[in-house]
Amino acid sequence: MTGTIADRNAMAGTHDDGPRLRGSALTLAYDKRVVAEGLDVVVPDRSFTVIIGPNACGKSTLLRALARTLRPAAGTVLLDGRDISALPARKVARTLGLLPQTSVAPDGITVAELVGRGRYPHQRLLRQWSSEDERVVRASMKATGVADLAGRLVDELSGGQRQRVWIAMALAQETPLLLLDEPTTYLDIAHQIEVLDLCARLHEERGRTLVAVLHDLNHAARYATHLIAMRDGRVVAAGAPGEVMTADLVEEVFRLPCRVIDDPETGTPLVVPAARRRTEPATR
Amino acid sequence: MTAVGPMPVRRVAGGIPLRLRAVAVGAGCLLLALVFGVLAVGGGDYPMSPSDVVRTLLGGGSPAEDFVVHELRLPRVVTALLVGAALALAGAVFQSLVRNPLGSPDLLGFTQGSAAGALLVVVTGGSSAALAGGAVLGGVVAGLVVYVLAWRGGLHGHRLVLVGIGATAILTGVNGYLLTRGRLMEAARAMLWLTGSLDGRGWEDVLPLLAAMAVLAPVVLIGCARPLAITEMGDDLARGLGVRVQGLRLTLVAAAVLLTSLAAAAAGPVSFVALTAPHLARRMTAAPGPNLLAATCTGAALLTGADLAAQRLFAGHQLPVGVVTGVLGGGYLVWLLAAQRKAGRI
Repeated sequence: MTGTIADRNAMAGTHDDGPRLRGSALTLAYDKRVVAEGLDVVVPDRSFTVIIGPNACGKSTLLRALARTLRPAAGTVLLDGRDISALPARKVARTLGLLPQTSVAPDGITVAELVGRGRYPHQRLLRQWSSEDERVVRASMKATGVADLAGRLVDELSGGQRQRVWIAMALAQETPLLLLDEPTTYLDIAHQIEVLDLCARLHEERGRTLVAVLHDLNHAARYATHLIAMRDGRVVAAGAPGEVMTADLVEEVFRLPCRVIDDPETGTPLVVPAARRRTEPATR
Repeated sequence: MTAVGPMPVRRVAGGIPLRLRAVAVGAGCLLLALVFGVLAVGGGDYPMSPSDVVRTLLGGGSPAEDFVVHELRLPRVVTALLVGAALALAGAVFQSLVRNPLGSPDLLGFTQGSAAGALLVVVTGGSSAALAGGAVLGGVVAGLVVYVLAWRGGLHGHRLVLVGIGATAILTGVNGYLLTRGRLMEAARAMLWLTGSLDGRGWEDVLPLLAAMAVLAPVVLIGCARPLAITEMGDDLARGLGVRVQGLRLTLVAAAVLLTSLAAAAAGPVSFVALTAPHLARRMTAAPGPNLLAATCTGAALLTGADLAAQRLFAGHQLPVGVVTGVLGGGYLVWLLAAQRKAGRI
């Protein structure tokens, strides 16, 4: 666990350097139920940051707070060094995009129309649709491989296609920071990899900062450049996957005995759960 | 990936949405409403041809024609236009806000609030002006109470529907009680008002609603339509796109409650327009989103048409317009449910 302590110190050290997005001393709560207290989180610039942790550890809540869709009960989320809740909503929306876990495609909307809605923060009452909007929408559909579906109704698409359309919408928002809440949930393994490959490409090719909540540890280890592991509303460890994803950490965070080996494809950590759970698995 | 079928070209040119159809539907309905209006003005004990009506409206009529058109018949038609437009706009706003096609003001307690306010005035023997005032006040108070009860760290669609249904039930009971307390004459007058009627409307009945529409319609149609369409996709997503969701909701609920209660004050709680006009508009435009402008124009056409039918359907015997909208709207709803069931959607 020495590595994680070092990472924590490293994290504290970056506070003054001003990464674009960070949370400081965050207390997150729904009504009166406190999910996390005194949380400090840094999203390194140009990273593909992945937040992992067991169910109800507060990872989606943290993501919502970072995207200012949930107002922290205490503490501040800082975007470019300024309190995000004090910034104009549209200005934030041009810097930071969010793809929530559940979004509703309106009945009878086409792919192009849905992607076009991502242009909302760039539009004005008197300048509603520009050639720039059209160019960006086309480019976003092309980047996510849904250009051929432009005129199709979103209701008619498969789950994987639909998720790529939503990502295209988030891309059309043209934000340097993009937050994704469990973008692979409900998708089969092929579509999961497809979506993650797309995310990795967006991160590498455009220098975007991506933050995603993922459930699959092996996906997290393979795609992330920066991992944040949470349990019970605390950050247990943060850093490069190669350093963070150890058998000790997985056991500490998930109470799951396992081995961590090298992924034969990529050399990244691969978590292999122990063959049979012990008689008293989760009491430690 | 599944094979890509032929691309439907409707509403999309070069991958970019077109809104022409929505504008065409709005313009068509407005034209229809005006035609109904001219026909309605021409009818009655002093019949006039449509060309005479238009000539008089443009200022070329005889003094007698001027009096009949401008003083006797035009206020009623203008009331019908405005009440239809206001109810439909409020209905479209609420259906979008609560993300439920049944989320119309009739079901959320506001209309019943207006009715309770008006009945209270009738029972205590108030004037017609006081009745209208009572309707507005009752609607606004009911809206406020439902809003406060449904508020829990933000307004949520399903909670608004549940609280609204509860409020509707309570107020229906209250209204029944108030009717039994009134004297026979008053109760009969109250029943006519409750059905929804445009009979004998003068300019003084139109003005408050006209003023409200002049202010609120641009605010809602121009200022709120696009963020409202975004908010239909989910609160978190809308916030992520820079929509101030709670502020938008507050503005829209306030506007819709005001429009509903002022419409009720002018014509009584005319049923089903707020529910059916947005549906019809959505079917005609085939466009996603709240379709506010098309719904507003459809509502105007619907109510002027219904009032024309109410006056002409049975020679020598006028129906209250609420009866016609009730029959038409109820029939439409039944047909819609049957069609949806056939399509396997419910």
